[in-house]
Amino acid sequence: MSLTEVYNINPYFTLVPLVIIFPFLGIVISLVFGKMMKQMVVGSIASIASGLAFVVTLFLLSAELGYGQPVNVKVIDWITVGAFSASWSFRVDTLSIVMMLVVSGVGTLIHVYAIGYMYNDVRFNEDPGRYRRFFVYFNLFILAMMLLVSADNYLLLFVGWEGVGLCSYLLIGFWFEKGPDGIYNAWAGKKAFIVNRIGDFGILIALFLIFGAFGTFQFDTIFSNAPQISQGMALAITMFLLLGVTGKSAQLPLYVWLPDAMAGPTPVSALIHAATMVTAGVYLVVRSSALYAVSPIASGFVAWIGALSAIFAATIAIGQFDIKRVLAYSTISQIGYMIAAAGIGAASAAIFHLIAHAFFKALLFLAAGSVIQAVERGEEKAGHGGEELDPQDMRNMGGLWNRIPLTFWVYLIGALALSGIAPLAGFFSKDEIITNAYTTNPGIFALLVAGEFLTAFYAFRQIFMVFFGKSRTKAAENVSESKPVMTIPLIVLAFCAFVGGAINFPTVGSLTSWLEKTVSHILEAPFNGFSTGLALGLAVLGVIVAWAVYGRRSLGAPDTPDPISRTLGPVFVGMNRKWWVDEFYDLIIVRPYNFMAQLFFGEWIDREVIDGAANNIGGTTRFFSGLMSKLESGYFRTYAMAMLLGGVIILVYFVFR
Amino acid sequence: MLITINIPPITYFLGISALMFLVGFIGVTLRKNTIVIFMSIELMFNAANLVFVTFASYYNQVNGQLFVLFVMAVAAADAAVGLALVVSIYRSRKSIDIDHVSEMKG
Repeated sequence: MSLTEVYNINPYFTLVPLVIIFPFLGIVISLVFGKMMKQMVVGSIASIASGLAFVVTLFLLSAELGYGQPVNVKVIDWITVGAFSASWSFRVDTLSIVMMLVVSGVGTLIHVYAIGYMYNDVRFNEDPGRYRRFFVYFNLFILAMMLLVSADNYLLLFVGWEGVGLCSYLLIGFWFEKGPDGIYNAWAGKKAFIVNRIGDFGILIALFLIFGAFGTFQFDTIFSNAPQISQGMALAITMFLLLGVTGKSAQLPLYVWLPDAMAGPTPVSALIHAATMVTAGVYLVVRSSALYAVSPIASGFVAWIGALSAIFAATIAIGQFDIKRVLAYSTISQIGYMIAAAGIGAASAAIFHLIAHAFFKALLFLAAGSVIQAVERGEEKAGHGGEELDPQDMRNMGGLWNRIPLTFWVYLIGALALSGIAPLAGFFSKDEIITNAYTTNPGIFALLVAGEFLTAFYAFRQIFMVFFGKSRTKAAENVSESKPVMTIPLIVLAFCAFVGGAINFPTVGSLTSWLEKTVSHILEAPFNGFSTGLALGLAVLGVIVAWAVYGRRSLGAPDTPDPISRTLGPVFVGMNRKWWVDEFYDLIIVRPYNFMAQLFFGEWIDREVIDGAANNIGGTTRFFSGLMSKLESGYFRTYAMAMLLGGVIILVYFVFR
Repeated sequence: MLITINIPPITYFLGISALMFLVGFIGVTLRKNTIVIFMSIELMFNAANLVFVTFASYYNQVNGQLFVLFVMAVAAADAAVGLALVVSIYRSRKSIDIDHVSEMKG
């Protein structure tokens, strides 16, 4: 529908292009005027742009509440080739509104937090001029993510998909010249981009197959015709989409980029790698649920990959010492829960957990950033005692609970929500997933429930290591609380994590019926005391075991071994070394690939052909220009002679024509 | 009484004119002194004038003679401006050799 048509339905629908335009304006203003503005102003403009997008989404919500049907708002024709046409249209329906609210809402809070965090960070890294660039990239990310979730067709969704991948690369490598060896951050960004690309290859193949099967990329046409395509085609499309999902959402086997992505500043980790970008895969699966419903094999694959990722990543999280890495693996694990839910058909459970996870994971990351900066401040106050202290290593913390109480309490709320302890949001969303799994597939149920125990264990391992016991270093003794610009978003997110369970609580909220307007056949299992009780019991057990190992006795100096490593021995080494997956990939994929590249293309083609073409084009131009410049002798007589010669030639031509 | 004069064929006049033009051009190309170059340019102007007047008289029209007046006015202005330039160049370089004014080389 065009803008004028939707205006007649409800004027608020015409606001939808603004969700893209506001972040775009934020980018342009920051780029053009950023150097002359004070840093707080740059950050505020970016936050306002994101906040305005949130306000627009609220208007769209009110409009959709009244209308109830999906609305496609076409802005402009994009590609028209023969019989194929794709246009830039926005889709306003219940699912996209939910995603837009999450992205812009949590995004705005993280923007505000980043105003304060990056102010400290650019001074810690001694480059205040880089502040503006951060917010340009941040707004670019919001733009791309909004494009992704509001797209009306797969092609436009892919544009947003690629856009968020680009922003992820730019932001991970923000401090591109820092990091171990001076190149680690840039390398981590490159790794994220390349692994994402492998997933994008899957999406591209899926797009081609979709076009081959349906002749269009429009969601409406595809989903209404979905039951009519062959089983083989549906299987192929959905499996290739799954490849893209594992890349973007960091599931097995393409999750390896996410832990290294922690090299980026903490607000980046919070926004991109916890709350929004990595959930794009979940959104894609839920959006394509009509396709997945046609192919039960693929749905089964999705569910199993989700469940396996959930438990695999949870085991690795137990063995990590870097505060952000634990959260990164936790993200992989929790998205595994969402993907598993989407795979078994419980789309509303998946989206509910997406929302709750956005709240508490963003909260955890932002609070972790607050802890890290507190330790940095503590190190500065304590004086540099010699060797470099890693402010992110949990072994350098301890005893922080009464020194930075606000951060402690919000972190605790986040950890409780993550572990699924009632009555916080995480309990309700995870419970829905687990109950649905109980009625569908016992194997997946077992994996997810075991994951509950591990999740609670690593979450509270972190709490006890970081906040309780005696301070393990002088830096930890001297920590100080962060500024309000950073703590207020934490409080807001903590509140959301606390009450977020109401979104789909039986009498209070009704996310399921809201989503059912868009996604057909949502699985919704009734309340089951056994599965709920088992999950809750295992979570509480995980907390108790974590207390027993890490909380009862104070941990010693930073270099004492982890208490659990004595019990688990080689298992702990495996957990700490990420089960050597990176090394495995390096051995069987990266090295042979580099070898082949060097063999055929690396040396000769790169140097001679490509560089040669570029250099020789320049050289030829220079040669000819050298010849031409000899004509400019500077002598008057030469010019006069040339004029005569030219005149004669023309006359001769006309006389003898 | 009527006197009949034998007017030479028109090609003689045009030939003289071409010769004058050529000499003027050779002067422009081959002489070093700027003032001599201006004289040669004047010579070329006059060659063109001759052609105009020839054709005017041959076809009994007055248009050609009228245009000659224009050309003379322009030539005078041209010479005035050019000589002003020569004076200015002489003041800064103490030379009016045309080959010394080659800064636009390259």
